[in-house]
Amino acid sequence: MKFLSRRLLFYLLAAWVSLTINFFLPRLMPGDPASIVLARFRGQLQPEALEALRQTFGFTDESLLVQYGRYLLSIFSGDFGISTSYFPSPVADVMLQGLVWTVLLAGTSVLISFTLGSLIGIWTAWYRGGFVDRYVTPSLVFLGSFPYFWMAMILVYYFGFKWSLLPAAHAYSPNIQPAFSWAFTTDVVIHMILPGSSIVLATIGGWVLNMRNAMISTLNSEYINLAQAKGLPEKAIMLRYAARNAMLPNITSFGMALGYVLAGSLLTEIVFSYPGQGYLLLQAVKTQDFPLMQGIFFIITIAVLLANWIVDLAYLWLDPRTRGVSS
Amino acid sequence: MTVSKTSEFGGRSAGWLGVLAVFVKSKKARLGLFALIAMLLVSSLLTVIYSDPQALVAEPLQGPGLLHWFGTNGQGQDVWQLSWVGTTNSLMLAIVTALCMSVVGVFIGIAAGYFGGGIDQFLSFVTNVTLVIPGLPLAIVIGAFLPSGPWTLFFILVITGWAWSARVFRSFAMTLAHKEFVQAARLAGESHLRIVAFEIFPNLLSPFLTALIGSMIYAIAAQVGLEFIGIGDMNRVTWGTNLYWASNDAALLTESWWVFVPTGLLIAISSASLSLLNDALDELTNPALQADRLWRRKFGRQMIFGITPQLRRRA
Repeated sequence: MKFLSRRLLFYLLAAWVSLTINFFLPRLMPGDPASIVLARFRGQLQPEALEALRQTFGFTDESLLVQYGRYLLSIFSGDFGISTSYFPSPVADVMLQGLVWTVLLAGTSVLISFTLGSLIGIWTAWYRGGFVDRYVTPSLVFLGSFPYFWMAMILVYYFGFKWSLLPAAHAYSPNIQPAFSWAFTTDVVIHMILPGSSIVLATIGGWVLNMRNAMISTLNSEYINLAQAKGLPEKAIMLRYAARNAMLPNITSFGMALGYVLAGSLLTEIVFSYPGQGYLLLQAVKTQDFPLMQGIFFIITIAVLLANWIVDLAYLWLDPRTRGVSS
Repeated sequence: MTVSKTSEFGGRSAGWLGVLAVFVKSKKARLGLFALIAMLLVSSLLTVIYSDPQALVAEPLQGPGLLHWFGTNGQGQDVWQLSWVGTTNSLMLAIVTALCMSVVGVFIGIAAGYFGGGIDQFLSFVTNVTLVIPGLPLAIVIGAFLPSGPWTLFFILVITGWAWSARVFRSFAMTLAHKEFVQAARLAGESHLRIVAFEIFPNLLSPFLTALIGSMIYAIAAQVGLEFIGIGDMNRVTWGTNLYWASNDAALLTESWWVFVPTGLLIAISSASLSLLNDALDELTNPALQADRLWRRKFGRQMIFGITPQLRRRA
């Protein structure tokens, strides 16, 4: 599978680049931020935490190359350093708590938004000039112009505080024990409605427009005309002939947009105090917890790369041409 | 990748005239441009008038009223003034950033597409890695190490945001590099710089505008997001800091919607008018959309099926 192995190599290289950025950033920045931060923390932090910071910033006598090798090795053994704000927890432990929630929230909302948006896009392209096309598409696109977290604030304000319809914060109620039970699952789902819808509302317009434009281009193809001339049922032409082909470029842009959407969902988490990576990131920025920030950056990069890999697999499955080349 | 079909379809030139035609013909483009210019004019005028929007003028968290049209925020500052001054500052930064971002992207993209070979492989790799690495967390990591200020934001946004235009322009340049007129210029012994600047770039004017507008939308969203999380200078008055302070001063808990609603609306209006412009330009470069629009104009609001003029019965 040449296609897959080439992509895999690319993702590995991308992961390596993000690690390298993490390593060199504190060492390259102008004005020596490391010593400023160290000076600020002196006296506030335990000596062990200072030592951890010192290692992150490269305040050792070893050569840069040795430090770099040591850094890569420690990452591979799952050691991201010590968090200064959650001292003495290792960064890896702090991050893992939040990762499940971020993946759950962002993953669910992105899938809903993409599926629903593409379906609406197919519909509006087929019935161009119809009611949905004339009113729903522009309104969804306009909704997409609001920042994600602003949408989240509005939803929290009305549904959470004003009308008290839905829980406005956290991932589950404090009085419920996290377990694989029906009560807990429904509680999590109910808590996900508001943050999830704010992400869906902010992103769906883009998918609708993308799919609509791709569909219109596809509808111009000869084979669509032929299919219609043959007298195939319209639904079959719409879904099996046009939409299937229009879908392909959209799937590529789905992969590309993932990082952007994930970033937006991080900001949404902050508004909802949702216990994911976004909330941790905010804490890290507020307390200048550099090791945690870098760890989150790396883990989110890995998540996006993995998601892209899954998108590649889907593409392979959907587009026989990629399979033909590789075999 | 979608490559502009303008050149293959002949006739429809995407040069200055074509771009101008969009603004004359397209209602979307006129509306978007009008909203954007009006917003810039009003906000810069008001920014000159309101010399100190951060002055503490009244009791904190007062609702909208005659004296303070949009009420006051958690610190007792006038929200109306903050919103407009924030608009000026944020839009100015977005314009400057977007310009730089798209110039860098276009430069790298054309270099990759035009030269091909090893240069292309390297530049494409850098472009694709930048695209796949999530921008906001990277921006936060970089921003946290830099001194806070508008130039930090500018720097971070350019670093994280150039790759999209580079990717688009690479494919454009690749198609153009194999066209006869470019080959001819090359045989005539023209320098690479001259070929790129005078043979290739003029053909890519409308994609450049698209890239510029897209970059501006990105620059607006990204700077607001970064400032909301606390990266940047929190003492400046911008859209992002307005929302940052709204959230910090518990505007939600105190049910003071007027603190964050105006800023959000202004952001949405500016982004939406930019999207309208982009949409109109997209119709110019995408012949399928253009044909579709022409048919629709001809047959009014009736629905159309396929490119051949088959009208559907009204549902």
